Amino acid sequence: MNVIETERLTKRFGDFVAVDRLDFQVARGEIFGFLGANGAGKTTAMRMLCGLSVPTSGTERVAGFDIGRQTESVKKSIGYMSQKFSLYDDLTVAENFRLFGGIYGVPSREIPSRTDEMLELLDFRSEKNTFVKSLPLGWKQKLSFSIAIFHRPGVVFLDEPTGGVDPVSRRRFWELIYEASDRGITVFATTHYMDEAEYCHRASIMVDGRIEALDTPARLKQAHGAASMDEVFRNLARKATRRAD
Amino acid sequence: MERFLSFAKKELLHILRDKRTMLLLLGMPIAQIVLFGFAISTEVGNTKVAILDLARDEASRRIERDLDASRYFEVVAHLEDAAEVEPLFRRGKASLVVVFQDGFRESLLRDGSAEIQLIADATDPNTATVFLQYATSVATAYARENQPPAAAPVGIVPQVRLLYNPQLKGAYNFVPGVLGMMMLLVCAMMTSISIVRERETGTMEVLLVSPVRPIFVILAKMAPYFLLSCVNLATVLLVSVFVLDVPVAGSLPALVLVSFVYILLALALGLLISTIAATQVAAMLVSGMAFMLPVILLSGMMFPVESMPAALQWISNAIPARWYIAAVKDVMIKGLGFQSVAKELAILSGMTVFFVAVALKNFKTRLE
Repeated sequence: MNVIETERLTKRFGDFVAVDRLDFQVARGEIFGFLGANGAGKTTAMRMLCGLSVPTSGTERVAGFDIGRQTESVKKSIGYMSQKFSLYDDLTVAENFRLFGGIYGVPSREIPSRTDEMLELLDFRSEKNTFVKSLPLGWKQKLSFSIAIFHRPGVVFLDEPTGGVDPVSRRRFWELIYEASDRGITVFATTHYMDEAEYCHRASIMVDGRIEALDTPARLKQAHGAASMDEVFRNLARKATRRAD
Repeated sequence: MERFLSFAKKELLHILRDKRTMLLLLGMPIAQIVLFGFAISTEVGNTKVAILDLARDEASRRIERDLDASRYFEVVAHLEDAAEVEPLFRRGKASLVVVFQDGFRESLLRDGSAEIQLIADATDPNTATVFLQYATSVATAYARENQPPAAAPVGIVPQVRLLYNPQLKGAYNFVPGVLGMMMLLVCAMMTSISIVRERETGTMEVLLVSPVRPIFVILAKMAPYFLLSCVNLATVLLVSVFVLDVPVAGSLPALVLVSFVYILLALALGLLISTIAATQVAAMLVSGMAFMLPVILLSGMMFPVESMPAALQWISNAIPARWYIAAVKDVMIKGLGFQSVAKELAILSGMTVFFVAVALKNFKTRLE
């Protein structure tokens, strides 16, 4: 069963075609890597999938709902973690859980037990009443992710989730992603780290607003005669004619 | 509804956790009103007066005594010669010189009027005008009392009566002004900063992805500042009634109603600023420069609208604080009720609707 389906998804800004007829599907529980150089159109595509931006043409279905007509239902069944760290610094860990739980309609009596469960998973129990601003960046990102999946969404969108953290924290972060995927949550992630691309079940590479390649990392490497995803990416990105922004 | 509440609670937490800002917001109105009420005062008190009495008769001495007895004037010097006047002003020894011409009393009793020359230091025109009025009224009072009943009144003696604020107390002017300024500061500036902050930190994006409708995000942001402004309104009124002796002469409900509309308007302005400004600093500058200055200069808080050049009077029509301040003066000082502020209420409501509409339209385009 597909959680994300797009058909000729296009976004134009005036004469500029930022996203050009995307056709792809992502299956339930899959970890999907959405790669591309800066300016290739990743962020625009992702914003359309999250309902932040309206496509110029084409259709998109997320979590079984048409995003144009059933925006509300889509929004309830997705989670989102933005590029910037975006929790409330002056609230405690528990208060952030409560707030976002409330926003996503998690029944209020379930929030405390789910919070404990999440903190258990993160090994964060002692930090329950700590202000978020005093946590290290690696922890904050794990917390952001936990909050993005707190309401048990069908799919979670991660926009460069591991920017600026050390390799050990990145590794831990990906363990969380695998755990979520095991529980049936589809993960849709953009990243600039090609070692992370290797962790994905499937990856797509965007060049100049189009998807140039989409397959499992192993098969992509095979097709391009490359030793690593990094090489595959460089091969494809070299073709770009658009300037990065 | 539950979503909205958990949101409004979060906004309240933001404010409560930022203790310094909160103290500033709650303390500032009190500080302002006390400052304006006592320190920065346009009231005339103990003006130093010098007398140049060329008449030296009973009438001139009587007026001098009256002036000295009033708590507004203090006779500090007696001059012998008109040449002494200027050096006196230069050294700052006196700010008013009263000159009685020779034959003052005779002229007064014979013609029913006589001339007193008042020379005032007009480097502070506000004070100069005010004490000229006082001095004139003291002198005319004497003239009236001492007119022989048989003599027919000759000539017209102006009788100035000041209504509503007979002692010309500065606080009567400043209380409405401070209210008008403070609401804008608290609501417009703080709301815009808090919305722009969410955009800067990236939390706004997360909220927009979530199923919360943007309008609820905005309303939840406004609610705590609305509350805060009500607290400020109450403190300013209490301070002005009990500390500055400025009573609420008119209808309190009318005052509260017009204040509510004005608070909403300020909140809408804040929202509008947030759609224009990209950073918190920009939001602060925009609310500071574009809104505070016109309020202080053109709303009638410092300078009466009536005495502005026509072009500025015309511009001041577009400044919401002008209407608010006018309405507050009507109700608090003149003691009028609902009907008298209907026009101001209508204008303020219209402006609010306009700002909300523009802000929402801008807000939507920003999302794309």
